Amino acid sequence: MIDIEKEAARIAEQGECAPRLARDPVNQPMINNWLEALGDEHPGYDGVAPPAMVQVWTMAGLHGQRTLDDPLGQMMTILDEAGYTSVVATNSDQTYHRYLEVGEHLSVTTSLEDVTGPKRTGLGEGWFVTTRSTWWVGDEAVAEMRFRVLKFKPAQKPEPRPEAPKAQAIRPSVNRDTEYFWEGTRQHELRIQRCGGCGLLRHPPGPMCPECGATKPKYLVSDGNGVIYSYVVHHHPQVPGRQTPFVIALVELDEGVRMLGEFDGEPKIGQRVEVVFTKVDDELTMPSWRPRADR
Amino acid sequence: MRIGDSLPEWHVEATPTFVISTALATRDFQDVHHDRDLAVQRGSKDIFINILTTTGLVQRYVTDWAGPRALVRQVNIRLGAPCFAYDTLKFFGQVVGREQQDLTIEVVGRTAHGDHVTGTVKIEVPA
Repeated sequence: MIDIEKEAARIAEQGECAPRLARDPVNQPMINNWLEALGDEHPGYDGVAPPAMVQVWTMAGLHGQRTLDDPLGQMMTILDEAGYTSVVATNSDQTYHRYLEVGEHLSVTTSLEDVTGPKRTGLGEGWFVTTRSTWWVGDEAVAEMRFRVLKFKPAQKPEPRPEAPKAQAIRPSVNRDTEYFWEGTRQHELRIQRCGGCGLLRHPPGPMCPECGATKPKYLVSDGNGVIYSYVVHHHPQVPGRQTPFVIALVELDEGVRMLGEFDGEPKIGQRVEVVFTKVDDELTMPSWRPRADR
Repeated sequence: MRIGDSLPEWHVEATPTFVISTALATRDFQDVHHDRDLAVQRGSKDIFINILTTTGLVQRYVTDWAGPRALVRQVNIRLGAPCFAYDTLKFFGQVVGREQQDLTIEVVGRTAHGDHVTGTVKIEVPA
């Protein structure tokens, strides 16, 4: 078991690493390349470097390697060994004490300022590592940077749950009031309850007409066409027999009632849909919705 | 240049050429900034802009607005969603502080995936 905080304290105690000299002095061709690439037409960078270039001068280059006493490198190695193998930069705070002139030769020193963790982040559990770098011309500090990275264990993406067998899917509770509906889906009919007294259409069904009080409901068979009135995209919790996310749409049928069902596609309010019937087993056929091309 | 002043919105098209030429101009040779195959292998959608370029773009956004006589004293940035090749990076900014010649400007750079960079820039403007 690696004691990360102890190791961090040890590295921090070393203080600044030895100065690392820039490959080249501040020079106009590199300034011009930078201005050209970034599209910066600032007229002032003639003999003077853009401040935001300060880190460029001391970059390690194409084949660059960290020096052994580089505190960030040391801390990265320790966190790698502790299983925090991924890295992402989170902050860069640069302060420029003055503008740099062509011909000045920079060096940089770095110390470890802070290591905090373990923290739970969106990317996974990790440690924030903060270093402080100072750029020097001779013994004059000309710029500083506080730089923070998150060194983390990539969050395990949850294994997609194996699809539950259809038999385990949630089943509707069928009773005297709803029997006609499920009998209908088995025959690929979308049935809407219609009052035997006043003819009122209603869904979901019930024993007594809310309008006239009659208790002898009948049904009519819908054309199965409608528009999406509203919908939800269900992400959580898991539902037996379903792979999340899935869409449940409230569809306003052309006959006037609204009915819920799963929708296969990218839902849009007002979208034309039609019913499809999916046989689960001999007992159960589920109605759902799919987009319908305008005819 | 007063507190509350907004900077004009600025759009940067992060073409592959832009991502690569800025990475090289800032001497950042990490493969994720110029080699799409390796970037994808490492779990990225595409190559993406490096930090030194983001810092440079934030500086440019402010100096384009403030003029060449403004002196940049500080660029503090927090990094969020990567800015991938083919993204459009949209910059927004506002003056949030002023003490005589010293201005503090808040900057956000946003792609369709979210905030790529949020930060503050401190500049000194001529009297």
